Amino acid sequence: MKKKSFKISNIFLAVLLIIMYIPIVVVVIYSFNASKQTIIWGGFTTSWYGEMLRDRSLLEALRNSLILGLISSAAAGIIGTLAAVGMARVDFRTKGLLEYVSMLPIMIPEIILGMVFLVFFSLLGLPFGMTTLILAHTAFCIPYVYTMVKGRLVGLDRSLAEAAKDLGASEFRVFFDITLPLISPAIVSGMLLAFAMSLDDVVISIFVTGARTNTLPIKIYTQLKTGVSPKINALCTLMLIVTFLLVFLSHKIGKKGTSK
Amino acid sequence: MKPRRQNRIWLTIVPLYLFTIIFVAGPLIYMFVLSFLTRDEVWGVVNTFTLDNYAKILKPVYAQTFLESLKLAFATTLLTLAVGYPFGYFMARLSAKWKKLMMLLVVVPFWTSALMRMYGWIIIFQSNGLLDKLLMGLGITEDPLKLLYSYPAVLVGMVYSLLPFMILAVYSSVEKMDWSYIEAARDLGASRVQAFLTVTLKLTLPGILSGVILVFIPSMGLFFIADILGGGKIMLVGNLIRDQLMTTRDWPFAAALSVVLTVLTSLLIRLYRKITHTTELEGIL
Repeated sequence: MKKKSFKISNIFLAVLLIIMYIPIVVVVIYSFNASKQTIIWGGFTTSWYGEMLRDRSLLEALRNSLILGLISSAAAGIIGTLAAVGMARVDFRTKGLLEYVSMLPIMIPEIILGMVFLVFFSLLGLPFGMTTLILAHTAFCIPYVYTMVKGRLVGLDRSLAEAAKDLGASEFRVFFDITLPLISPAIVSGMLLAFAMSLDDVVISIFVTGARTNTLPIKIYTQLKTGVSPKINALCTLMLIVTFLLVFLSHKIGKKGTSK
Repeated sequence: MKPRRQNRIWLTIVPLYLFTIIFVAGPLIYMFVLSFLTRDEVWGVVNTFTLDNYAKILKPVYAQTFLESLKLAFATTLLTLAVGYPFGYFMARLSAKWKKLMMLLVVVPFWTSALMRMYGWIIIFQSNGLLDKLLMGLGITEDPLKLLYSYPAVLVGMVYSLLPFMILAVYSSVEKMDWSYIEAARDLGASRVQAFLTVTLKLTLPGILSGVILVFIPSMGLFFIADILGGGKIMLVGNLIRDQLMTTRDWPFAAALSVVLTVLTSLLIRLYRKITHTTELEGIL
Protein backbone atom coordinates (compact mmCIF):
# COMPACT_ATOMS: atom_id res chain seq x y z
CA MET A 1 0.00 0.00 0.00
CA LYS A 2 2.66 2.42 1.07
CA LYS A 3 4.91 1.54 -1.80
CA LYS A 4 2.19 1.95 -4.38
CA SER A 5 1.15 5.44 -3.30
CA PHE A 6 4.80 6.38 -3.32
CA LYS A 7 5.00 5.39 -6.96
CA ILE A 8 1.95 7.37 -7.94
CA SER A 9 3.46 10.46 -6.37
CA ASN A 10 6.64 9.91 -8.36
CA ILE A 11 4.69 9.70 -11.59
CA PHE A 12 2.97 12.96 -10.69
CA LEU A 13 6.31 14.66 -10.08
CA ALA A 14 7.78 13.31 -13.31
CA VAL A 15 4.80 14.29 -15.48
CA LEU A 16 4.73 17.82 -14.11
CA LEU A 17 8.46 18.25 -14.59
CA ILE A 18 8.14 17.15 -18.19
CA ILE A 19 5.39 19.71 -18.76
CA MET A 20 7.62 22.36 -17.18
CA TYR A 21 10.37 21.68 -19.67
CA ILE A 22 8.28 21.18 -22.83
CA PRO A 23 7.96 24.87 -23.77
CA ILE A 24 11.72 25.38 -23.39
CA VAL A 25 12.59 22.25 -25.35
CA VAL A 26 10.13 23.22 -28.10
CA VAL A 27 11.82 26.59 -28.63
CA VAL A 28 15.24 24.94 -28.83
CA ILE A 29 14.07 22.25 -31.27
CA TYR A 30 12.43 24.76 -33.61
CA SER A 31 15.61 26.83 -33.75
CA PHE A 32 16.88 24.05 -36.02
CA ASN A 33 13.77 24.01 -38.19
CA ALA A 34 14.46 24.62 -41.87
CA SER A 35 10.91 25.88 -42.45
CA LYS A 36 10.19 29.51 -41.67
CA GLN A 37 6.85 28.61 -40.12
CA THR A 38 6.67 27.00 -36.72
CA ILE A 39 3.68 24.92 -37.82
CA ILE A 40 5.68 22.85 -40.26
CA TRP A 41 8.87 20.89 -39.66
CA GLY A 42 11.04 21.39 -42.74
CA GLY A 43 14.13 19.46 -41.77
CA PHE A 44 17.23 20.19 -39.73
CA THR A 45 19.28 23.32 -40.26
CA THR A 46 21.66 25.55 -38.35
CA SER A 47 21.27 28.44 -40.79
CA TRP A 48 19.17 30.54 -38.39
CA TYR A 49 22.16 30.84 -36.10
CA GLY A 50 24.19 32.20 -38.96
CA GLU A 51 21.44 34.58 -39.93
CA MET A 52 21.10 35.75 -36.36
CA LEU A 53 24.78 36.64 -36.33
CA ARG A 54 24.39 38.67 -39.52
CA ASP A 55 21.46 40.68 -38.17
CA ARG A 56 22.85 44.12 -37.32
CA SER A 57 20.02 45.20 -35.01
CA LEU A 58 20.16 41.96 -33.07
CA LEU A 59 23.90 42.29 -32.58
CA GLU A 60 23.49 45.82 -31.37
CA ALA A 61 20.80 44.70 -28.89
CA LEU A 62 23.17 41.96 -27.75
CA ARG A 63 25.94 44.48 -27.23
CA ASN A 64 23.60 46.75 -25.24
CA SER A 65 22.45 43.86 -23.07
CA LEU A 66 26.02 42.81 -22.31
CA ILE A 67 27.16 46.35 -21.45
CA LEU A 68 24.09 46.87 -19.30
CA GLY A 69 24.53 43.57 -17.47
CA LEU A 70 28.25 44.08 -16.90
CA ILE A 71 27.98 47.62 -15.55
CA SER A 72 24.90 46.94 -13.41
CA SER A 73 26.26 43.77 -11.84
CA ALA A 74 29.65 45.42 -11.26
CA ALA A 75 28.04 48.44 -9.59
CA ALA A 76 25.81 46.16 -7.55
CA GLY A 77 28.85 44.07 -6.66
CA ILE A 78 30.69 47.07 -5.23
CA ILE A 79 27.73 48.73 -3.48
CA GLY A 80 26.26 45.47 -2.20
CA THR A 81 29.52 44.01 -0.92
CA LEU A 82 30.66 47.17 0.85
CA ALA A 83 27.28 47.59 2.49
CA ALA A 84 27.04 43.95 3.60
CA VAL A 85 30.49 44.16 5.20
CA GLY A 86 29.64 47.43 6.96
CA MET A 87 26.17 46.39 8.05
CA ALA A 88 27.58 43.28 9.71
CA ARG A 89 29.75 45.46 11.92
CA VAL A 90 27.84 48.62 12.65
CA ASP A 91 24.54 49.22 14.37
CA PHE A 92 22.45 52.28 13.77
CA ARG A 93 18.87 53.27 14.19
CA THR A 94 17.72 53.15 10.57
CA LYS A 95 19.63 49.94 9.77
CA GLY A 96 16.58 47.71 9.59
CA LEU A 97 14.70 50.25 7.51
CA LEU A 98 17.60 50.75 5.10
CA GLU A 99 17.93 47.01 4.63
CA TYR A 100 14.19 46.67 4.03
CA VAL A 101 13.96 49.49 1.50
CA SER A 102 17.06 48.37 -0.39
CA MET A 103 15.49 44.90 -0.78
CA LEU A 104 12.22 46.29 -2.14
CA PRO A 105 13.30 46.19 -5.81
CA ILE A 106 13.08 42.40 -5.79
CA MET A 107 10.03 42.28 -3.52
CA ILE A 108 7.51 44.55 -5.23
CA PRO A 109 5.93 43.59 -8.57
CA GLU A 110 8.19 44.39 -11.50
CA ILE A 111 5.59 46.52 -13.19
CA ILE A 112 5.46 48.90 -10.25
CA LEU A 113 9.22 49.16 -10.14
CA GLY A 114 9.28 49.94 -13.86
CA MET A 115 6.51 52.48 -13.44
CA VAL A 116 8.15 54.38 -10.56
CA PHE A 117 11.47 54.52 -12.39
CA LEU A 118 9.83 55.88 -15.50
CA VAL A 119 8.04 58.74 -13.73
CA PHE A 120 10.97 59.46 -11.41
CA PHE A 121 13.61 59.58 -14.14
CA SER A 122 11.47 61.89 -16.19
CA LEU A 123 10.97 64.09 -13.10
CA LEU A 124 14.76 64.31 -12.80
CA GLY A 125 14.98 65.03 -16.52
CA LEU A 126 17.37 62.15 -17.19
CA PRO A 127 17.61 61.19 -20.86
CA PHE A 128 16.10 57.73 -21.33
CA GLY A 129 18.58 55.20 -22.62
CA MET A 130 21.61 53.40 -21.28
CA THR A 131 21.96 55.62 -18.17
CA THR A 132 18.43 55.04 -16.97
CA LEU A 133 18.68 51.34 -17.80
CA ILE A 134 21.86 51.02 -15.73
CA LEU A 135 20.36 52.84 -12.73
CA ALA A 136 17.22 50.70 -12.76
CA HIS A 137 19.09 47.44 -13.25
CA THR A 138 21.60 48.30 -10.52
CA ALA A 139 18.67 48.80 -8.14
CA PHE A 140 17.41 45.24 -8.61
CA CYS A 141 20.92 43.74 -8.86
CA ILE A 142 22.06 45.01 -5.45
CA PRO A 143 19.73 42.73 -3.41
CA TYR A 144 21.19 39.61 -5.03
CA VAL A 145 24.78 40.52 -4.14
CA TYR A 146 23.86 41.91 -0.74
CA THR A 147 21.94 38.82 0.44
CA MET A 148 24.63 36.44 -0.84
CA VAL A 149 27.48 38.32 0.88
CA LYS A 150 25.45 38.84 4.04
CA GLY A 151 24.72 35.11 4.23
CA ARG A 152 28.41 34.32 3.83
CA LEU A 153 29.46 36.85 6.48
CA VAL A 154 27.12 35.26 9.01
CA GLY A 155 28.92 31.94 8.70
CA LEU A 156 32.35 33.55 8.75
CA ASP A 157 34.88 32.91 11.49
CA ARG A 158 35.52 36.31 13.07
CA SER A 159 38.56 35.07 14.95
CA LEU A 160 40.77 35.27 11.83
CA ALA A 161 40.12 38.97 11.39
CA GLU A 162 40.52 39.54 15.12
CA ALA A 163 43.85 37.72 15.11
CA ALA A 164 45.11 39.78 12.19
CA LYS A 165 44.07 42.95 13.98
CA ASP A 166 45.80 41.85 17.17
CA LEU A 167 48.94 41.33 15.15
CA GLY A 168 48.75 44.95 14.11
CA ALA A 169 47.06 44.83 10.70
CA SER A 170 45.10 47.94 9.79
CA GLU A 171 41.35 47.80 9.14
CA PHE A 172 42.15 48.26 5.47
CA ARG A 173 44.58 45.34 5.32
CA VAL A 174 42.30 43.08 7.31
CA PHE A 175 39.58 43.69 4.76
CA PHE A 176 41.73 43.07 1.70
CA ASP A 177 43.87 40.23 3.08
CA ILE A 178 41.37 38.32 5.21
CA THR A 179 37.71 39.23 4.71
CA LEU A 180 37.68 39.79 0.96
CA PRO A 181 39.25 36.43 0.00
CA LEU A 182 36.83 34.67 2.33
CA ILE A 183 33.70 36.32 0.94
CA SER A 184 34.78 36.51 -2.70
CA PRO A 185 32.92 33.32 -3.73
CA ALA A 186 29.72 34.88 -2.41
CA ILE A 187 30.41 38.15 -4.23
CA VAL A 188 31.09 36.44 -7.54
CA SER A 189 28.11 34.15 -7.13
CA GLY A 190 25.81 37.10 -6.34
CA MET A 191 27.14 39.12 -9.26
CA LEU A 192 26.68 36.26 -11.72
CA LEU A 193 23.09 35.87 -10.56
CA ALA A 194 22.55 39.61 -10.87
CA PHE A 195 24.04 39.53 -14.37
CA ALA A 196 21.71 36.71 -15.37
CA MET A 197 18.70 38.64 -14.04
CA SER A 198 19.76 41.79 -15.87
CA LEU A 199 20.25 39.86 -19.10
CA ASP A 200 16.71 38.45 -18.88
CA ASP A 201 14.80 41.48 -17.66
CA VAL A 202 12.11 42.79 -19.97
CA VAL A 203 9.42 44.45 -17.83
CA ILE A 204 11.57 47.08 -16.15
CA SER A 205 13.67 47.65 -19.27
CA ILE A 206 10.62 48.41 -21.41
CA PHE A 207 9.71 51.29 -19.12
CA VAL A 208 13.11 52.89 -18.69
CA THR A 209 14.66 52.52 -22.11
CA GLY A 210 14.73 55.23 -24.73
CA ALA A 211 13.33 54.99 -28.24
CA ARG A 212 16.69 54.07 -29.71
CA THR A 213 18.17 51.73 -27.13
CA ASN A 214 17.11 48.11 -27.49
CA THR A 215 18.16 45.25 -25.28
CA LEU A 216 17.83 41.63 -26.36
CA PRO A 217 14.72 40.87 -24.27
CA ILE A 218 13.00 44.03 -25.57
CA LYS A 219 13.84 42.95 -29.12
CA ILE A 220 12.43 39.47 -28.50
CA TYR A 221 9.31 40.93 -26.90
CA THR A 222 8.48 43.20 -29.84
CA GLN A 223 9.12 40.35 -32.26
CA LEU A 224 6.84 38.00 -30.31
CA LYS A 225 4.07 40.59 -30.51
CA THR A 226 4.40 41.33 -34.19
CA GLY A 227 5.48 38.09 -35.81
CA VAL A 228 8.26 35.71 -35.16
CA SER A 229 11.17 34.55 -37.20
CA PRO A 230 13.16 31.39 -36.38
CA LYS A 231 16.07 33.72 -35.73
CA ILE A 232 14.36 34.46 -32.42
CA ASN A 233 14.40 30.74 -31.60
CA ALA A 234 18.12 30.69 -32.22
CA LEU A 235 18.57 33.79 -30.11
CA CYS A 236 16.48 32.36 -27.25
CA THR A 237 18.48 29.15 -27.36
CA LEU A 238 21.72 31.08 -27.16
CA MET A 239 20.46 33.14 -24.22
CA LEU A 240 19.28 29.96 -22.54
CA ILE A 241 22.77 28.50 -22.73
CA VAL A 242 24.33 31.70 -21.39
CA THR A 243 21.84 31.90 -18.48
CA PHE A 244 22.39 28.24 -17.63
CA LEU A 245 26.13 28.73 -17.62
CA LEU A 246 25.87 31.79 -15.39
CA VAL A 247 23.52 30.18 -12.87
CA PHE A 248 25.59 26.99 -12.91
CA LEU A 249 28.78 28.97 -12.24
CA SER A 250 27.02 30.98 -9.55
CA HIS A 251 25.97 27.75 -7.80
CA LYS A 252 29.39 26.16 -8.18
CA ILE A 253 31.30 29.17 -6.89
CA GLY A 254 28.78 29.86 -4.13
CA LYS A 255 29.07 26.28 -2.92
CA LYS A 256 32.85 26.34 -2.94
CA GLY A 257 32.71 29.14 -0.39
CA THR A 258 30.40 27.47 2.08
CA SER A 259 31.71 23.91 2.05
CA LYS A 260 35.12 25.02 3.28
CA MET B 1 40.97 54.35 18.69
CA LYS B 2 37.68 52.53 18.80
CA PRO B 3 35.29 55.28 17.71
CA ARG B 4 37.58 56.09 14.80
CA ARG B 5 37.52 52.52 13.61
CA GLN B 6 33.74 52.53 13.80
CA ASN B 7 33.64 55.70 11.77
CA ARG B 8 35.59 54.22 8.92
CA ILE B 9 33.43 51.12 8.69
CA TRP B 10 30.44 53.43 8.46
CA LEU B 11 31.74 54.71 5.16
CA THR B 12 31.17 51.37 3.44
CA ILE B 13 27.42 51.72 3.93
CA VAL B 14 27.26 55.20 2.42
CA PRO B 15 26.96 54.11 -1.23
CA LEU B 16 24.03 51.80 -0.49
CA TYR B 17 22.47 54.43 1.77
CA LEU B 18 22.62 57.11 -0.90
CA PHE B 19 21.57 54.83 -3.73
CA THR B 20 18.64 53.46 -1.76
CA ILE B 21 17.38 56.88 -0.71
CA ILE B 22 17.74 58.45 -4.14
CA PHE B 23 16.86 55.59 -6.46
CA VAL B 24 14.55 53.35 -4.43
CA ALA B 25 12.84 55.40 -1.73
CA GLY B 26 12.74 58.53 -3.93
CA PRO B 27 10.85 56.95 -6.84
CA LEU B 28 8.43 55.15 -4.51
CA ILE B 29 7.64 58.34 -2.60
CA TYR B 30 7.23 60.22 -5.86
CA MET B 31 4.76 57.60 -7.08
CA PHE B 32 2.70 58.24 -3.96
CA VAL B 33 2.82 62.04 -4.40
CA LEU B 34 2.11 61.78 -8.11
CA SER B 35 -1.08 59.82 -7.47
CA PHE B 36 -2.58 62.95 -5.86
CA LEU B 37 -1.56 65.36 -8.60
CA THR B 38 -3.57 66.52 -11.60
CA ARG B 39 -2.84 65.58 -15.16
CA ASP B 40 -2.14 68.49 -17.45
CA GLU B 41 -4.54 68.80 -20.38
CA VAL B 42 -1.76 68.84 -22.92
CA TRP B 43 1.35 67.26 -21.47
CA GLY B 44 2.72 66.31 -18.10
CA VAL B 45 1.49 66.98 -14.60
CA VAL B 46 0.19 70.00 -12.66
CA ASN B 47 0.85 70.36 -8.95
CA THR B 48 -2.78 70.58 -7.86
CA PHE B 49 -3.97 68.22 -5.17
CA THR B 50 -6.79 65.89 -6.22
CA LEU B 51 -8.39 62.60 -5.32
CA ASP B 52 -9.79 62.18 -8.83
CA ASN B 53 -7.20 59.59 -9.79
CA TYR B 54 -8.46 57.26 -7.11
CA ALA B 55 -12.09 58.02 -7.90
CA LYS B 56 -11.33 57.20 -11.52
CA ILE B 57 -10.45 53.62 -10.60
CA LEU B 58 -14.10 53.15 -9.64
CA LYS B 59 -15.29 54.11 -13.14
CA PRO B 60 -16.95 51.06 -14.72
CA VAL B 61 -14.32 50.65 -17.48
CA TYR B 62 -11.42 50.53 -15.04
CA ALA B 63 -13.25 48.80 -12.19
CA GLN B 64 -14.12 46.09 -14.71
CA THR B 65 -10.45 45.60 -15.60
CA PHE B 66 -9.55 45.50 -11.93
CA LEU B 67 -12.20 42.86 -11.23
CA GLU B 68 -11.27 40.78 -14.28
CA SER B 69 -7.64 40.92 -13.23
CA LEU B 70 -8.52 39.89 -9.68
CA LYS B 71 -10.59 37.01 -11.02
CA LEU B 72 -7.72 35.80 -13.17
CA ALA B 73 -5.38 36.18 -10.19
CA PHE B 74 -7.72 34.06 -8.05
CA ALA B 75 -7.98 31.39 -10.72
CA THR B 76 -4.21 31.39 -11.17
CA THR B 77 -3.63 31.10 -7.44
CA LEU B 78 -6.13 28.27 -7.00
CA LEU B 79 -4.67 26.30 -9.88
CA THR B 80 -1.06 26.76 -8.77
CA LEU B 81 -2.10 25.66 -5.28
CA ALA B 82 -3.93 22.60 -6.64
CA VAL B 83 -0.86 21.56 -8.64
CA GLY B 84 1.93 23.02 -6.52
CA TYR B 85 0.84 21.70 -3.14
CA PRO B 86 1.01 18.00 -4.01
CA PHE B 87 4.21 18.68 -5.94
CA GLY B 88 5.91 20.41 -3.01
CA TYR B 89 4.55 17.82 -0.60
CA PHE B 90 5.75 14.80 -2.59
CA MET B 91 9.06 16.50 -3.23
CA ALA B 92 9.68 16.97 0.49
CA ARG B 93 9.13 13.24 1.05
CA LEU B 94 11.85 12.15 -1.37
CA SER B 95 15.30 11.04 -0.26
CA ALA B 96 17.90 13.76 0.34
CA LYS B 97 19.67 13.06 -2.94
CA TRP B 98 16.48 13.26 -5.00
CA LYS B 99 15.34 16.34 -3.14
CA LYS B 100 18.45 18.20 -4.20
CA LEU B 101 18.03 17.16 -7.81
CA MET B 102 14.32 18.05 -7.86
CA MET B 103 15.05 21.42 -6.33
CA LEU B 104 17.46 22.17 -9.15
CA LEU B 105 15.01 20.91 -11.78
CA VAL B 106 12.25 23.15 -10.42
CA VAL B 107 14.44 26.24 -10.20
CA VAL B 108 16.13 25.93 -13.60
CA PRO B 109 13.10 26.89 -15.76
CA PHE B 110 12.66 29.78 -13.37
CA TRP B 111 16.04 31.22 -14.35
CA THR B 112 15.36 31.00 -18.06
CA SER B 113 13.87 33.94 -19.86
CA ALA B 114 10.14 34.26 -19.20
CA LEU B 115 9.73 35.43 -22.80
CA MET B 116 11.28 32.28 -24.14
CA ARG B 117 8.91 30.11 -22.12
CA MET B 118 5.94 32.12 -23.41
CA TYR B 119 7.27 31.66 -26.92
CA GLY B 120 7.27 27.92 -26.31
CA TRP B 121 3.59 28.11 -25.43
CA ILE B 122 2.86 30.09 -28.60
CA ILE B 123 4.35 27.27 -30.66
CA ILE B 124 2.32 24.71 -28.70
CA PHE B 125 -0.98 26.59 -28.67
CA GLN B 126 -1.10 28.15 -32.13
CA SER B 127 -3.72 27.02 -34.59
CA ASN B 128 -2.53 23.75 -36.12
CA GLY B 129 0.34 23.90 -33.67
CA LEU B 130 1.82 21.08 -31.63
CA LEU B 131 -1.14 20.61 -29.29
CA ASP B 132 -3.71 20.68 -32.08
CA LYS B 133 -1.69 18.18 -34.09
CA LEU B 134 -1.36 15.89 -31.09
CA LEU B 135 -5.07 16.04 -30.22
CA MET B 136 -6.21 15.66 -33.82
CA GLY B 137 -3.71 12.86 -34.37
CA LEU B 138 -5.11 11.00 -31.39
CA GLY B 139 -8.62 11.61 -32.69
CA ILE B 140 -9.66 13.53 -29.58
CA THR B 141 -10.62 16.66 -31.51
CA GLU B 142 -11.42 17.14 -35.17
CA ASP B 143 -10.70 20.82 -35.65
CA PRO B 144 -7.94 23.09 -34.32
CA LEU B 145 -8.79 24.34 -30.84
CA LYS B 146 -7.66 27.93 -31.51
CA LEU B 147 -6.23 28.13 -28.01
CA LEU B 148 -3.72 30.88 -28.69
CA TYR B 149 -5.01 34.35 -27.86
CA SER B 150 -7.65 33.01 -25.50
CA TYR B 151 -8.35 33.15 -21.78
CA PRO B 152 -7.22 29.55 -21.12
CA ALA B 153 -3.90 30.26 -22.85
CA VAL B 154 -3.25 33.24 -20.57
CA LEU B 155 -4.24 31.18 -17.55
CA VAL B 156 -1.84 28.40 -18.52
CA GLY B 157 0.93 30.94 -19.06
CA MET B 158 0.34 32.48 -15.64
CA VAL B 159 0.15 29.18 -13.76
CA TYR B 160 3.20 27.96 -15.59
CA SER B 161 5.26 31.07 -14.79
CA LEU B 162 4.33 31.27 -11.13
CA LEU B 163 4.22 27.57 -10.20
CA PRO B 164 7.83 27.41 -8.93
CA PHE B 165 7.00 29.97 -6.21
CA MET B 166 4.16 27.82 -4.89
CA ILE B 167 6.15 24.60 -5.09
CA LEU B 168 9.10 26.00 -3.18
CA ALA B 169 6.93 27.66 -0.53
CA VAL B 170 4.99 24.44 0.15
CA TYR B 171 8.14 22.34 -0.06
CA SER B 172 9.99 24.37 2.54
CA SER B 173 7.13 24.19 5.04
CA VAL B 174 6.55 20.44 4.55
CA GLU B 175 10.28 19.94 4.87
CA LYS B 176 10.30 21.70 8.24
CA MET B 177 7.22 19.89 9.51
CA ASP B 178 7.53 17.66 12.56
CA TRP B 179 6.18 14.31 11.39
CA SER B 180 5.66 13.05 14.94
CA TYR B 181 2.44 15.10 15.10
CA ILE B 182 1.02 13.12 12.21
CA GLU B 183 2.17 9.87 13.73
CA ALA B 184 0.50 10.86 16.99
CA ALA B 185 -2.74 11.61 15.17
CA ARG B 186 -2.53 8.26 13.39
CA ASP B 187 -1.85 6.45 16.65
CA LEU B 188 -4.90 8.10 18.13
CA GLY B 189 -6.96 6.53 15.37
CA ALA B 190 -7.13 9.21 12.68
CA SER B 191 -7.25 7.91 9.11
CA ARG B 192 -4.58 9.10 6.69
CA VAL B 193 -7.02 11.54 5.15
CA GLN B 194 -8.15 12.81 8.56
CA ALA B 195 -4.56 13.21 9.74
CA PHE B 196 -3.76 15.14 6.58
CA LEU B 197 -6.78 17.43 6.83
CA THR B 198 -6.48 18.18 10.55
CA VAL B 199 -2.72 18.13 11.14
CA THR B 200 -0.65 18.39 7.95
CA LEU B 201 -2.69 21.16 6.36
CA LYS B 202 -2.53 23.21 9.53
CA LEU B 203 1.20 22.76 9.97
CA THR B 204 1.93 23.68 6.36
CA LEU B 205 -0.39 26.68 6.37
CA PRO B 206 2.51 29.18 6.44
CA GLY B 207 3.85 27.63 3.25
CA ILE B 208 0.44 27.69 1.59
CA LEU B 209 -0.15 31.33 2.49
CA SER B 210 3.32 32.35 1.46
CA GLY B 211 2.84 30.62 -1.90
CA VAL B 212 -0.55 32.27 -2.33
CA ILE B 213 0.95 35.72 -1.80
CA LEU B 214 3.93 35.03 -4.05
CA VAL B 215 1.58 33.93 -6.84
CA PHE B 216 -1.39 36.22 -6.35
CA ILE B 217 0.45 39.54 -6.38
CA PRO B 218 2.59 39.09 -9.49
CA SER B 219 -0.34 37.58 -11.38
CA MET B 220 -1.98 40.99 -11.55
CA GLY B 221 1.06 42.63 -13.06
CA LEU B 222 2.40 40.18 -15.66
CA PHE B 223 1.19 42.23 -18.60
CA PHE B 224 3.48 40.60 -21.12
CA ILE B 225 1.81 37.21 -20.64
CA ALA B 226 -1.60 38.75 -21.34
CA ASP B 227 -0.08 40.48 -24.38
CA ILE B 228 1.72 37.51 -25.86
CA LEU B 229 -0.71 34.68 -25.10
CA GLY B 230 -3.92 36.73 -24.91
CA GLY B 231 -3.28 38.78 -28.03
CA GLY B 232 -4.43 41.99 -26.34
CA LYS B 233 -7.90 40.64 -25.62
CA ILE B 234 -7.26 40.14 -21.92
CA MET B 235 -6.40 43.13 -19.75
CA LEU B 236 -4.71 42.90 -16.38
CA VAL B 237 -4.09 45.72 -13.92
CA GLY B 238 -0.55 45.50 -15.28
CA ASN B 239 -1.72 46.16 -18.84
CA LEU B 240 -3.82 49.07 -17.61
CA ILE B 241 -0.86 50.66 -15.82
CA ARG B 242 1.35 50.12 -18.85
CA ASP B 243 -1.19 51.67 -21.23
CA GLN B 244 -1.78 54.66 -18.96
CA LEU B 245 1.97 55.24 -18.87
CA MET B 246 2.95 54.61 -22.45
CA THR B 247 -0.06 55.45 -24.61
CA THR B 248 -2.68 57.48 -22.74
CA ARG B 249 0.07 59.25 -20.79
CA ASP B 250 -2.10 59.77 -17.73
CA TRP B 251 0.72 59.35 -15.23
CA PRO B 252 -1.15 60.37 -12.07
CA PHE B 253 -3.77 57.73 -12.81
CA ALA B 254 -1.08 55.11 -13.43
CA ALA B 255 0.48 56.13 -10.12
CA ALA B 256 -2.85 55.76 -8.31
CA LEU B 257 -3.29 52.27 -9.78
CA SER B 258 0.21 51.34 -8.65
CA VAL B 259 -0.41 52.69 -5.15
CA VAL B 260 -3.55 50.55 -4.87
CA LEU B 261 -1.61 47.49 -6.01
CA THR B 262 1.22 48.26 -3.57
CA VAL B 263 -1.21 48.76 -0.66
CA LEU B 264 -2.92 45.49 -1.56
CA THR B 265 0.48 43.79 -1.56
CA SER B 266 1.50 45.10 1.84
CA LEU B 267 -1.92 44.31 3.32
CA LEU B 268 -1.60 40.70 2.19
CA ILE B 269 1.90 40.43 3.63
CA ARG B 270 0.73 41.97 6.91
CA LEU B 271 -2.16 39.52 7.06
CA TYR B 272 0.28 36.71 6.45
CA ARG B 273 2.46 37.88 9.33
CA LYS B 274 -0.52 38.09 11.62
CA ILE B 275 -1.68 34.57 10.83
CA THR B 276 1.69 32.87 10.91
CA HIS B 277 3.54 35.08 13.45
CA THR B 278 6.62 35.18 11.22
CA THR B 279 8.27 37.98 9.31
CA GLU B 280 9.86 36.22 6.39
CA LEU B 281 7.84 34.66 3.61
CA GLU B 282 8.36 30.94 3.29
CA GLY B 283 10.41 29.53 0.45
CA ILE B 284 11.62 32.70 -1.26
CA LEU B 285 14.31 31.93 -3.77
